[in-house]
Amino acid sequence: MTSTANLMSYEDALSSFDPVMGLEVHVELGTATKMFCGCATEFGGEPNSQVCPTCLGLPGALPVVNRTAVESAIRIGLALNCNIAEWCRFARKNYFYPDMPKNFQTSQYDEPIAFDGYLDVEVQGKTYRVGIERAHMEEDTGKSTHVGGATGRIHGADYSLLDYNRCGIPLIEIVTKPIEGAGELAPEIAKAYVAELRDLIKALGVSEARMELGQMRCDANLSLRPHGQEKFGTRSETKNVNSLRSVERAIRFEIQRHATVLTDGGTIVQETRHFHEDDGTTTAGRVKEEAEDYRYFPEPDLVPVAPSRDWVEELRGTLPEVPSVRRKRLQAEWGISDFDMQSLVNAGAVDAIVDTVAAGADSDAARKWWLGELARSANERGVEVTALPITPAQVARVAALVKAGELNDKLARQVIEGVLAGEGDPDQVVEKRGLKVVSDEGALGAAIDQAIAAQADAVAKIQAGNLGPVGALIGAVMKTTRGQADAARVRELILEKLGVS
Amino acid sequence: MADLTRLTAAETAARIAAGEVSAVEVAQAHLDRITEVDAKVHAFLHVDTEGALNAAKAVDERRAKGDALGPLAGVPLALKDVFVTQGVPTTCGSKILEGWIPPYDATVTRRLKEAGVVILGKTNMDEFAMGSSTENSAYGPTGNPWDLTRIPGGSGGGSAAALAAFEAPLAIGTDTGGSIRQPGAVTGTVGVKPTYGSVSRYGLVAFSSSLDQGGPCARTVLDAALLHAAIAGHDPLDSTSIDAPVPDVVGAARNGDVRGMRIGVVKEFGGDGYQAGVLERFNESVELLRELGAEVVEISCPHFDYAMPAYYLIAPSEASSNLARFDAMRYGLRVGDNGDRSAEEVMSLTREAGFGPEVKRRIMLGTYALSSGYYDAYYGQAQKVRTLIARDFDAAFAQVDVLISPTTPTTAFPIGERADDPMAMYLADLCTIPSNLAGNAAMSLPCGLAPEDGLPVGLQIIAPTMADDRLYKVGAAVEAAFLDRWGAPLLDQAPAL
Repeated sequence: MTSTANLMSYEDALSSFDPVMGLEVHVELGTATKMFCGCATEFGGEPNSQVCPTCLGLPGALPVVNRTAVESAIRIGLALNCNIAEWCRFARKNYFYPDMPKNFQTSQYDEPIAFDGYLDVEVQGKTYRVGIERAHMEEDTGKSTHVGGATGRIHGADYSLLDYNRCGIPLIEIVTKPIEGAGELAPEIAKAYVAELRDLIKALGVSEARMELGQMRCDANLSLRPHGQEKFGTRSETKNVNSLRSVERAIRFEIQRHATVLTDGGTIVQETRHFHEDDGTTTAGRVKEEAEDYRYFPEPDLVPVAPSRDWVEELRGTLPEVPSVRRKRLQAEWGISDFDMQSLVNAGAVDAIVDTVAAGADSDAARKWWLGELARSANERGVEVTALPITPAQVARVAALVKAGELNDKLARQVIEGVLAGEGDPDQVVEKRGLKVVSDEGALGAAIDQAIAAQADAVAKIQAGNLGPVGALIGAVMKTTRGQADAARVRELILEKLGVS
Repeated sequence: MADLTRLTAAETAARIAAGEVSAVEVAQAHLDRITEVDAKVHAFLHVDTEGALNAAKAVDERRAKGDALGPLAGVPLALKDVFVTQGVPTTCGSKILEGWIPPYDATVTRRLKEAGVVILGKTNMDEFAMGSSTENSAYGPTGNPWDLTRIPGGSGGGSAAALAAFEAPLAIGTDTGGSIRQPGAVTGTVGVKPTYGSVSRYGLVAFSSSLDQGGPCARTVLDAALLHAAIAGHDPLDSTSIDAPVPDVVGAARNGDVRGMRIGVVKEFGGDGYQAGVLERFNESVELLRELGAEVVEISCPHFDYAMPAYYLIAPSEASSNLARFDAMRYGLRVGDNGDRSAEEVMSLTREAGFGPEVKRRIMLGTYALSSGYYDAYYGQAQKVRTLIARDFDAAFAQVDVLISPTTPTTAFPIGERADDPMAMYLADLCTIPSNLAGNAAMSLPCGLAPEDGLPVGLQIIAPTMADDRLYKVGAAVEAAFLDRWGAPLLDQAPAL
């Protein structure tokens, strides 16, 4: 049933059914310390090196709420146009699992910090409003590594390793209302929602929201109902869909799978599904025949969170421009096409360009470097362009040197290469590598004289009015000056000397 | 020199400060006493001889250097085995924590150490503080020093027995439904449940988070006050800790006086089910308070009748979640890990073997009460009762300064008598539970012996939230009047061990 060969086509599926989606996104906040203790949250530490009695759930240890995490949650809620609770509590979600040392997760249940909002997303030039049910605070679990089994899952493993460094890192879970009426655009709307949410989270500065590092994780719920039917169908929940492309593929696959089952007269089982990156399919996980009973109750070790209205309004004042609005503004300011803007967005270079312009470069130059030389280097290194070891201010400095005529494009590329190689800032690289354009007219004059003397034939042709061989003379001068002359100036001087100007 | 173990904490500290005796001598005298009698009493689960002598030595060195010593420096103390102690075993009376050595100190432990208090060891208790007799300890029962065949109360029977057996002048208990006050009552000692949130719970292994409260146990009201002052106060590590000054409990204990006070007798506590001798001693206390100048009136708290059922929903609910962490994965007991079994199977086998019957009963009760479909009818309803009980207290304290009642309906019962009858056992906490549900302060102090069995009876004094000083003001006055009447402390009448 899960093999692609037996699946109904996407078009056929949509001709009979309406998809209804629900997206649950977990965002790890970038706070310096954990949700309920003072342990560091830095990624990549030695296993179990960032733990204490509280996040290890040792007998007697107690939680204390991280104020910055609450602040981040409120800002996310406000950015998602939510109401912010005047008074809310944490709740214990009780279930046994070895990566959760207390065997309950401190979360929120029926009193989320933020509720009833929306996020507008744009797909194919049209705006869709995705309703937000709630955003609530909770703690992350530890990380289990199951060793020995074929699947990497706990079932069949020989043993499991547990790293509690992640345990207690603050999470915000953002849950949409049912997304209805998306029709054939459902997969794209899901992807656009997650992308817009990611950009919003990044713009808020509350998390880097890097999906490849698990800082943002998506669970995608999907059900189908026949056209015209009011009642929702049975849903499946595809867990841990962890890239934008995967979100789109998972929804698309589930639409086809549900349609195939339903059309064959079968019933959809309410269950969780695992998504497979390799072939874009999903397979069955846990069956959720009965609603799981987490025995939620208010966390008695914590006092209620009651953000004052003054604080909430103060935080509202710190909200950044909505990413989609900002993109439109920048596109207009830079005077570029939709296509060019999309390229910048896809390259993840928008912020770098904004910062480079802020550091004094003009937008064309900034775009040229970030999309050209730097995008190429990033590609070679297999990193995001913003992860390169060069700052927007350094790129702006290179652009300024070019503009002042002190570097030509070829030399500028070498300067950038030097900065990326850790040789210092642009001026230091120019100095160390001796990359300045030769503007000393005396030295240049000597090189030109030498070239003229060496190429009498070319000179004769030029003086006869055939400017073609000027290139050969310029080439010779550039060779002598090891490329450090301004080619345009060299051409001017040669023609001047030969009396052709 | 007089027997150092018969001194009060205040006297002991004064003698050490004056250089009349060293802290090491005091500690050694108590360690010797433990060696002499604890095989019979079984108040201690773990005696930390080396730690105690080192702590005492440090006090003596500080004194020798001329450092100022706190009011309890060098005084020995018995710590209930529910507070974690770095490097010293902490079992909570349970097999499931056997062999666990905590890597950190509870805030109470830390404050005691900072005060120069000498921690002698860890005292026996009902497993995870669930019980009223200390019979639920996985390590065997504790005897009541008044009659070793009888229970010393619970859950903090070890702490109370250590005081009554003169193994320590001070002890720490925790009171979730009466576990400080009821042992105090049946051993003829003083026990105080401070206002919820005034003593940090950080490092107190949780039974029921919204009810648990650590507090002082002693043989005199003043000693209890000195210990109360040493352990109370705001702790940023406990979110439920109250950020306000601790009432002047020591000042109150030094100035006992009930003249002009209005004192309410809780109408609901008395009558059927109360031992005649308990009521006789209680009525005598009421008369005493009148003689001392208080106006005593009867106060009705109608919702107190529902306190017990509400308690037995809330406490087990929280416990079912708090005790979930004991799963063999990281510390403590691990059973059945033969390499083939899954983590879930090992968890299950460990919990089956590691928890005693009362703990299992409460985990199941709490799990049931929190289940979806039952939550509103049980946990939700119990929380409403809790609010009504708090309102009863508010209404009462609008009329009177403190309330009084017997601490517990009977004197110490024989070991084994109620072991198979949980409901009979639960009744021991009938009068103490309301203050846990409402969070206010309460004390038990001795008010004489029941004529029919010659065993101690406790008088409970109940004060409003953050008015803990009133307990000591009234308690000190009652204690002084009784001492005057009896001519010697009540414990002098206890048989030699």
